[in-house]
Amino acid sequence: MYNLNLVLPEIFVSLSIMFLLILGVFKKNSSQLTFNLSLLTFLIATIFTINETFSVERITLFNESVVIDHMASLMKIITLIGGFLVLVISSSYLKTLKIFKIEYPILILSSVLGMMIMISSNDLMVFYMGLELQSLALYVLATFNRDQLKSSEAGLKYFVLSALSSGLLLYGCSLIYGFSGSTNFDVIANQLDSNEYALTFGIVFILVGLAFKISAVPFHMWAPDVYEGSPTTVTLFFTMVPKIAALTVFIRFLYIPFLNLLDQWQMIIVFLSIASMIFGAIAAIGQTNIKRLIAYSSIGHIGYTLAGLATGSNDGIQSSIIYISIYVIMNLALFSCLLMLKRKDQYYESLDDLSGLSKNHPLLSLSLLIILFSLAGIPPLAGFFAKFYVFKAVIEQSMYFLAIVGLLSTVIAAFYYLRIIKIIYFDKEKEKYDTDHSMWLKFSLTISTVLILLYFIFPSQIIELVSRINII
Amino acid sequence: MSSLIKELRLMTEIGLGHYLTLGAIIFSIGIIGIFLNRKNIIVILMSIELILLAVNINLVSFSIFLGDLTGQVFTLFILTVAAAEAAIGLAIIVVYYRNSGTIRVEHIDKLKG
Repeated sequence: MYNLNLVLPEIFVSLSIMFLLILGVFKKNSSQLTFNLSLLTFLIATIFTINETFSVERITLFNESVVIDHMASLMKIITLIGGFLVLVISSSYLKTLKIFKIEYPILILSSVLGMMIMISSNDLMVFYMGLELQSLALYVLATFNRDQLKSSEAGLKYFVLSALSSGLLLYGCSLIYGFSGSTNFDVIANQLDSNEYALTFGIVFILVGLAFKISAVPFHMWAPDVYEGSPTTVTLFFTMVPKIAALTVFIRFLYIPFLNLLDQWQMIIVFLSIASMIFGAIAAIGQTNIKRLIAYSSIGHIGYTLAGLATGSNDGIQSSIIYISIYVIMNLALFSCLLMLKRKDQYYESLDDLSGLSKNHPLLSLSLLIILFSLAGIPPLAGFFAKFYVFKAVIEQSMYFLAIVGLLSTVIAAFYYLRIIKIIYFDKEKEKYDTDHSMWLKFSLTISTVLILLYFIFPSQIIELVSRINII
Repeated sequence: MSSLIKELRLMTEIGLGHYLTLGAIIFSIGIIGIFLNRKNIIVILMSIELILLAVNINLVSFSIFLGDLTGQVFTLFILTVAAAEAAIGLAIIVVYYRNSGTIRVEHIDKLKG
């Protein structure tokens, strides 16, 4: 008999989604209530995940189509906490834009549910269902400010390109199923001896689909438009949470069924990584909109994450996981700052609006300074350590070219981060922004900035937590 | 004479390769339809549907030739998801049309940088 305790978080989240939908339909003006209950759902699901699955070594469920291991539980916890934080700092933004509706928390919950299914998947079918649940909720979230042309255009673009990438991914799934005879990752790994040619086709198609989802170059074209057009809190969600799930699937997919074909996919990942790092660094230089700039910077950061994946070693996987976790924290801090640029119910998101910020808002500018230094990878901040682990793993596998390109693009990327700091500290000051931010916004900014600043005190605990992940 | 007919039948018998070729052709039509289409978004929606149907043909034929039911179950899931995706896609197109008054592809260029 299956041990259903292990999937208790998923079951709980899906039941709460149905309950909240019914509550939202039958009770008038229940936006605030749904919102608070969704936050509670996130907290309880996190507690369930920690309680039930955190100490599990590796167990498969449901005909081996779902796997619970250290990586799954750790990534689920990060996803749930990320979803909680996004939701909690969204409320004041949504109220200002008058789109504070019951659907928002429910959509976030269902996309998080899809991500949890993706993270635990050990079968192409389960993986596809999780991916689609996630994507369908994200299409609607991108269009959430539906009376605004920009938001609906962002949703439309995201829908078309994401549906296309799902199609490519599915075609790859069908080829892999046909030529290995199974959709289960473990079975595929055992069957892998003949017909490598057709399987390589399948892997390439699936990699293209996954690269679309994490916006790696050359499949990045949707990211800047969608990030700019969607409401800011949705952009925050886009940059943080789906990337964690997609990275986990990337790791699981490459390292469980296709480890033996390492030579064939390694080149592809190295190419994606180098292209993303260089493109992310160069294309961000000319941007004037902060959200667009963050989109390009996130493309660059995905490049570094993929560099860790390309190594084909446990160290590389662990460094990628640390990188994405630190990246999520830095993004949360950056967007908290962005959400504080509010004046008379109007949010500002252009680089010019930052000019001379330090004169009127010294504390906000100081935290922006720390965040941007960390994103640029300057020691002793967290961003430096993240890059350090990745490059260490890459050099240990003697992939020197990848490491050199990575370091060079870090230097180029530092230029535009430092330019923002110059705008904040040395340009002419503008009108003062509002200072009556919600408590949660201040809380998340403080916590994430402190984590970035003081990471060097407690790196060993984090490394110990991640070093339990042994995929190979 | 009878051996000639037998040979002809062998030649024209439909095998896995034929199904896969059909799938690949429909898949390519779908992809080309998305990238060459410069007029209407509805056509893009149809192309996406074509891609998913090509995958279904692939999966069902693999399932028959492998003697394994998994592929057919997968197909049912894909059909369901395709329906949901089409519903959400049409809803998004309606929302976009309300805001801009057009769904011509070349006019969707407000976001640029």
